[in-house]
Amino acid sequence: MKIALLSDIHGNLQALHACLADAGTRDVTRYAFLGDLVGYGADPHGVIDIVADYVARGAIAVRGNHDEAIYGTALYMNEMARTSIDYARKALTREQIAFLKNLPMIVREQTRCFVHASAASPEKYPYIDSPTAAMQCAAAAASVHTFCGHVHEQRLYFAAQAPRMTLFSPTPGVAVPVPVHRQWVALIGSVGQPRDRNPRASYAIFDDAQPALTFCRVSYDHRAAAARIREVGLPEAIAYRVECGF
Amino acid sequence: MVNLKPGMVIDGFRIVERLHAGGTAYLFKVEPADGAVYGFTLIMKVPKIGRDQPTESIIGFETEAMILPVLQGSHVPRFIAAGDLAQVPHLTMEWVQGTGLATIAAPAPLPTEQVANIGAAVADAVHDLHQQNTIHHDLKPDNVIIGDDGNAILLDFGFAHHAHFPDLLAEEKRFAAGSAPYVSPEQLTGSRDDPRSDIFALGAVLYELATGKLPFGTPDSVNAMKNRLWTSPTPPRAHVPEIPPWLQEIILRCLEPNSATRYQTAAHVAFDLRHPDQVLLTPRATRSEHPSFMTQFKLWWRSRDDRRAQNRKPQIHISRSPVIMVAIDTSHPDDERHPALQWTARQLASLNLEFRMICVSAIRVASLGEAGGVADTSSGLQLVHKVRLRNWVEPLGLPQQRISLHVIESNDPAATLLEFAKNNNVDLIVIGAPAPNDVALAWWRSAASTVTANAHCSVHVVRTPSRSREDWQTKAGDESW
Repeated sequence: MKIALLSDIHGNLQALHACLADAGTRDVTRYAFLGDLVGYGADPHGVIDIVADYVARGAIAVRGNHDEAIYGTALYMNEMARTSIDYARKALTREQIAFLKNLPMIVREQTRCFVHASAASPEKYPYIDSPTAAMQCAAAAASVHTFCGHVHEQRLYFAAQAPRMTLFSPTPGVAVPVPVHRQWVALIGSVGQPRDRNPRASYAIFDDAQPALTFCRVSYDHRAAAARIREVGLPEAIAYRVECGF
Repeated sequence: MVNLKPGMVIDGFRIVERLHAGGTAYLFKVEPADGAVYGFTLIMKVPKIGRDQPTESIIGFETEAMILPVLQGSHVPRFIAAGDLAQVPHLTMEWVQGTGLATIAAPAPLPTEQVANIGAAVADAVHDLHQQNTIHHDLKPDNVIIGDDGNAILLDFGFAHHAHFPDLLAEEKRFAAGSAPYVSPEQLTGSRDDPRSDIFALGAVLYELATGKLPFGTPDSVNAMKNRLWTSPTPPRAHVPEIPPWLQEIILRCLEPNSATRYQTAAHVAFDLRHPDQVLLTPRATRSEHPSFMTQFKLWWRSRDDRRAQNRKPQIHISRSPVIMVAIDTSHPDDERHPALQWTARQLASLNLEFRMICVSAIRVASLGEAGGVADTSSGLQLVHKVRLRNWVEPLGLPQQRISLHVIESNDPAATLLEFAKNNNVDLIVIGAPAPNDVALAWWRSAASTVTANAHCSVHVVRTPSRSREDWQTKAGDESW
């Protein structure tokens, strides 16, 4: 079975469509959305409609900090993020906000764990930005494969000399074997707002038969996504980021 | 661990017999239980795993199971299947036919020609591996088979590193090094990402073939291996005086302690082994004794700064040390394209710190029977054109050790240039082409377009720019590319 892992869509409908279309050509049968459906982008309602439809058909979805900010506090965020949260609050229906509220923080399924930031205190949304943070996540997840988003870059941590984790920077399109006798923490990148100076949308495919993990990059009409952000009056810096992948 | 015996079937393969019990693995000859036909014999490699076995064999198995399936080409055994570590771990692959390099090396010292032929074949195999983003890290005669056609096949990827996959051995400093007599200095200090580590091991293999001795003996501890961090071995000619200076130059350059002063790619080693007359000799070539204590001390002192870890993906490293082939038409020395070609060659050289420039002239075969002087004989023609090549390349002011000159007789220049580029792992072909309206040189334009269309590397086509706007008018369908 192949699972498409999509995270940090951030209201970017064009990027989401492109990733789902790409996954459709790769024999994917399951989908997991790892949080931050909204924030920054111009189409939070369109994104939630699609994700809710996938969830109704059995897809996994967990909550991200931007999703929580819609009904909770956004005070800790920078002005750019706060502005887009205010925009999303107005754009979403009551049912859509209820959908975000009902998302679980973390999902465990067999030997796999799905979470937005880290399995270690997921409600605090820590960044996995070091081998130590990855080690804490793996320890808390207690699963073989842990899939996270939140950091907007594609990274793979693996237990080399357990429990210590080692960082690996994956090459897009290469199926990386992730055998089950080690722990793996995969940061799958951002669909709607990549930040590695490459505007192409990021997602990943996990194949549990191998098992192997493929990090994917998908070209899409990012200029149209940026134009849409300008059109609805969101800050120019957000549009620029989508255009440049930075 | 299951006790494997002939007749047992593992993952659809029936064990025929046990061939070998090595330090970390058993080798079995197997056949497909379902009668499938592969066209070659299969072997199954089963790692020794258990309470009394070092973790080394597990990680080595995992590493090889990750890398072997993605390797391609004629320099590695064909991968068939891998078994799960939780059940019966195994790697089933092609049983490579040929002679082990260890067997060939047994009667060493070998004749120079044989050392060069085998060495070039092994260097080709190493370069092919590097082009696939993989560093072997355990190159030694035991891990090389020479096929009946002279092709080298590399075995055992348990220490290897593929730039696209997590390096499971990176953190395992205790045994991150390969085999003691061949391991490079930087591997001893924990480096796992420098393809030039394989160049060092290649040098040790060449040393062994040429002298029958190991450059640094067989050290039994990590401390005893550390002298290679700063010193060169006893020069091969001190063991076997018959070794020509060019071969000693190649071997000692491979064995330089600092990877930056070695050959930068295995393709360069193969090239030099195949063109002894093009090897630029340095004091290495004629060194006759082991360096004195004082020299060694100075080298050690200097080496302390050199041990910096660098992140080098093999493919990126190779592309930064390109082999550039310039096709030079020495039959038309006054042609107006030469200055443009020279300018391009100089520019390309200045863009790359490490490069090798192969200057080739394909000339027409000297026809026998035609009356004429010495210059019309084959060797006379060769000389004339070689001098023209030298005159062509001299104004560029490039370092001599990066340049080689070749005159090849051929009735089909395009095919000859392509063949030469393929055999020498050329990364970029630079070729001059006449302007589209130059009818007189139409045959040369067709050579340039054939090379461009059929080369498996980049081709830089050089023309003298035309100032006239009318020249840019193209007739539809005139040019096919």
